This record gives sequence, C-alpha cells and structure tokens, in this order.
Amino acid sequence: MAGGAPLLEVRDLRVEFPTRRGTLVAVDGVSLSIAPGEVLGVVGESGAGKSLTGAAVIGLIEPPGRIAGGQVLLAGRRIDDLPAEAMRRVRGKEIGAIFQDPLTSLDPLFTVGDQIVETIRTHLPVGDAEARRMAVDWLKAVGIPSPEARAAQYPHHFSGGMRQRVVIALALCANPKLVIADEPTTALDVSIQAQIIALLKRICREHGTAVMLVTHDMGVIAETADRVAVMYAGRIAEIGPVADVIKRPRHPYTVGLMGAIPSSTRRLERLTQIDGAMPRLNAIPPGCAFAPRCPEAVERCRRDRPGPAEIARLDGVPHAAACWVHAPPAGAAA
Amino acid sequence: MTPPLVEATGLARWFDVTPSLWARLAGEHRLLKAVDGVDFAIRRGETFALVGESGCGKSTVARLAVGLYAPTKGSIHFDGQDLSLLKDRRRSRALRRRLQMIFQDPYASLNPRWRVADIVAEPIRAHGLLAGRRAIADRVGELLTQVGLAASDGARFPHEFSGGQRQRISIARALAGAPEFLVCDEPTSALDVSVQAQILNLMKDLQRSLGLTYLFISHNLAVVFHMADRVGVMYLGRLVEVADVDRLFRAPLHPYTRLLLDTIPDLSMSGKPRGPVAGEVPSPIAPPPGCAFHPRCPLAQDRCRREAPLARPRADGGGTVACHAVEEGRA
Repeated sequence: MAGGAPLLEVRDLRVEFPTRRGTLVAVDGVSLSIAPGEVLGVVGESGAGKSLTGAAVIGLIEPPGRIAGGQVLLAGRRIDDLPAEAMRRVRGKEIGAIFQDPLTSLDPLFTVGDQIVETIRTHLPVGDAEARRMAVDWLKAVGIPSPEARAAQYPHHFSGGMRQRVVIALALCANPKLVIADEPTTALDVSIQAQIIALLKRICREHGTAVMLVTHDMGVIAETADRVAVMYAGRIAEIGPVADVIKRPRHPYTVGLMGAIPSSTRRLERLTQIDGAMPRLNAIPPGCAFAPRCPEAVERCRRDRPGPAEIARLDGVPHAAACWVHAPPAGAAA
Repeated sequence: MTPPLVEATGLARWFDVTPSLWARLAGEHRLLKAVDGVDFAIRRGETFALVGESGCGKSTVARLAVGLYAPTKGSIHFDGQDLSLLKDRRRSRALRRRLQMIFQDPYASLNPRWRVADIVAEPIRAHGLLAGRRAIADRVGELLTQVGLAASDGARFPHEFSGGQRQRISIARALAGAPEFLVCDEPTSALDVSVQAQILNLMKDLQRSLGLTYLFISHNLAVVFHMADRVGVMYLGRLVEVADVDRLFRAPLHPYTRLLLDTIPDLSMSGKPRGPVAGEVPSPIAPPPGCAFHPRCPLAQDRCRREAPLARPRADGGGTVACHAVEEGRA
C-alpha cells in the first residue's frame, strides 16, 4: 500500500453548484489517493459530499454542478479535464461504477446477458460469441444460479439482491482497475447486504480491483475497507487505516459519529449525541465546519480552517485529521 | 402478573392481490398472507420490538396494532378491549386516543400545507381534549419543547425543518393526545446515524418520563438491541422466535434469528467470519410449504418441508420459538 504509485489521486477537489443566490461549494478541498487493489471507504452523512466526490472521479457530476478546482489523476494521467467522449471510454474500461439502486442502473429493455455483452464488446477486443461466453462466466462468478438461462432474462425477472449481483458483473466485466461503489447495499435487506458485501470483497480481491466505497454505513466500511475517509460538510475530517479510525478516532466528529451508532453487543443507556445538524451549504461557518457543534472547539477553530495533519502512522500508512485540537500541524501549538 | 396492555392472538391479515378483474369475477383469488397467525403480548411500560426483512409483515402488524387495518382472523386487544369489535364510535374514539403511531418517512407523514402548530394540535382538536385557542396553543408549545423544538417553531411549515426535526414533530403530534401506547414503524430508518441517535435518545427519555409502551418496528438489529426489552423475529408473516432482548441476542435458537444476527456488520473489528448466508426471502404470495424458512435453513429435514412448526416455549422459559429442529433437539 505504501510506497508504490497510487492508482487514483484526487488533489484539492472542489465541486460547486452555481445558484441564483450564490455559489454552493459541495466538495471543498478534498485530497485522497487509492493504491492499486486497495479499498478506500468514504463515509459521511447526507450532504457531506461523499457521493459527489465519487461522481467527480467518474466524471458524472450533473450540471449545473461542476468541478471548479483540483485534479483527478488515474494512474498518473489527468482525467478530470478529458472531453466527454474520451471520458466515456475511461468509464467502464478503466473505472467501473456500482450505484445504490440496481433497478435504475440496468436497462429494462435489454436482457441481462445483452447488457453485459454490450459492455464487454465496447471495451474489449472480443467477438460476439466470446463476449457471450464471458458474460455467462461473469454471471456465474457473481453467484447467479443457472447463468445460461438467466442471461436471457430481463432485469425485472431478478430480485433486488440478484440485480445488484448483475450490476457488479457489469461494473467489473471490462476488467477496470478501479470501481466506484456508491451505497451498493443500502437498498437491500440485511441478509442480502451481507452476501453482496462478501461478493464485492471477494471478486475485487480476485481481480486486484481497487474500490472507492461510498456509504453512510460505518459497519459496511469496517467489514470491507482498508482505509476510510470521514467526510463532513464537503471536507475530509479524518482519513486513515480503517481499524485505527474506528478504534481510535481523533476528530471530534468521528468520535461522535462512532458513539452514535448503536452496538449489538454492548448496550448503553444513551447514545452519544452530536447536537445540532450539519450546516447547510449556503451557511458553512468560517474556520472548521464542525466547530459550532464541537464540544472541544477553541477560538482558533472558529477562525481558521484546519488542514489535514498526520497524527499517527501504522505500517507506513498515515492517519490524518483536520482538527486544531487533536491534530495540530507539526511545529504549531493548538 | 398484571394483564398485558396489548395482546395479539392468532392475528392474521390477508390481502387479495388477484391481478385481473376477470379472474376476480371468475372467483379465483390470489391471497398475500402478510400476517398469518401471530401471537404476542406487550406489557405496560415495555418496548416490544418486531424485527425482520422487507415483506415479513412487520409493518402490517404495526397497522393492525393501531386499528388502521382490521384483522382477517384472530384478534388484537388493547387494555382488554378488542380493537376490531368496537362499533360504538364514541368508545372507539376514546380508545384510539390512547394509541398513536409514528411513521418511517417524516417527509410524507406531515401535511406540507399546514403549520407545525396545526399539525400538532390536530389530535387535541379531533379528540376535543382542550377548549379555547389559548389552552391549545400552550399545550402545543409544551409538546414542541418536550421533543426538543422551540414553541415558536409552531408557526413554521414542515419544509423548513430537517428530517430529524420533522421526526420530532411527528413525535409531538403522536404525544398530543397523551397516549399510553406508541407504535413506531421504522422511526429512524430514513435518518442519518447522528440524527438517529438524537431521536432514539429522545424516545427513551419520553418513555421514562411518560411511562409509554412501545411497539418498535425495525430492520436494524443494533437499533432493536438498543431500544427493546423483548423482541419478536418475523419471517414471511409469522413470528419465528420471541424472547427477552438479551436472551435473543446471546442465545438465539431459531436458525433464522441466528442468520439475522450473523449479518450484523462487525464494528468492533474482531475479524470474526460472518456465517455464510444463503438464499433470499421467497415471495409472500407463494410461500414455501411447511416451515417457510426451510429453503434457506441449514437444519431443514423432511418434516420442515411438510409441516409448519408451532410456537413452543423456549427451553429456558424466556419466550417462544417455532422450529422443528429446536423442538427435536437438533439445533
């Protein structure tokens, strides 16, 4: 993980939405990287900018939203400024995508087999018969029973869990190096959710595919990710190895978030409560965006915006937080 | 022991889902047995949770419990009175004031054209609990404060509030009639975790201060563990296991309960492998014969495919379980 060149590098990404009442900054100065084969979880609550960060990487920000600053590099090549046609070739071939709702990401008018064949033939130099054989292999690999027969069926013949398996096959069939999975299990029942997470983990490990896993569910992250980035109000509050972030969170927002999750093994009388709500995009406070809700905020938090500062390093992987109190930059006092 | 506040006996609710009018006229009927013979009792002051996956019938039980649906078979009693037999409107209204419901979607359950004060005052007016504008306004202000909003929020409209605040408004409305029993159908499923924590804390505080009894419906096992005193696990319209929350989570008996518990994501990162979870929930329109869980059950035998198991007391005396394998000592 450490040392080698990153597969994906996002530098100082900024996503804006121009409105009549001024510009809303939905993603503000996000920097992260993903190594080949690594699973990076991006976690946050609604409106934290996690999905937009994923959408920016695959070039699917819907207008009037736009990337207003920063760079996205895939294997060292800039992809955020590619023309639409070139970006379309990157999508699918080099970056696959899995979205929350498996029904809307499949075309209801084509059989499942045809959709996989189309994706394979668009991106790989193979003939129709070969593509069809590969499609059936993919359906089998994602655990769909009697794949030959199922390939001839339409999406509405499949249950929610089975559809999400098809979507995973579609995302991976052109052998991309990176998959963006945005809430891939949120629409599914708990027992199916566990199946899909296990499948996604296994199949990406087998193919050496890196994953950016966007979700609100810390449990999914804990089971799947190598590293996690915690987002708040369009910024990264904390990023680091998943076990360290979960067991020893430093940013007060992460601490509150972890305490707010009910446990199924240890019952507390009360859950940790972060009072208030995430600020609206048109009212992000100066300084640290979390300061108004933070129990430990000091004067400086309300004035200056903290940047990510390294607080620990585990097996060469840094754990960083953007917090004046718990992660003062080297050489500066809080 | 004091009699339970709510008691369901053989409770069932079937829906006619015959697709075409012609089939209906020809007398063919396709029935969806959303709830098919469920027994449970809720003691005063406790939280009874129903947990299960989509389509298991837990929301239908919620609606039966407040009288929004009439049972197809069986009965549900509230404080000794059969909810479906109350033909006398005055008496049924008096009873209904004592049970209220909180819904999942705080965006759909509040009238967008009404001010919050009117939404919260509606049960007070409908039941004629207070007379005079002043008295009602005071009571509404008190209710809003009780759920963590400001009395002045009453002048605003629902769209001015976030999801968590809207759920607080729903709770204030539910409390307006001073009920004893609240049915909460996935009250935090649409909320972010930090907001969910606020609402769950509020619900626990209110339960303590007002002595409320909850029927708490959720698919989230960790939330159920946090909130419930006793838990019923539903699968395809039936209760497969009922037990005290600690017994159920520490010593689950039914294979489906075990499967569900295995699926809880492990936040402690102990690295315990999750059990292999096989199959999907079958269609409730054509449930498997015998025990509806048998196609996914690792312990299924011939008898399970043939004969539906009855709920029997757990060996430790703390609840019931409906499973042939448990009964035969194979589990």
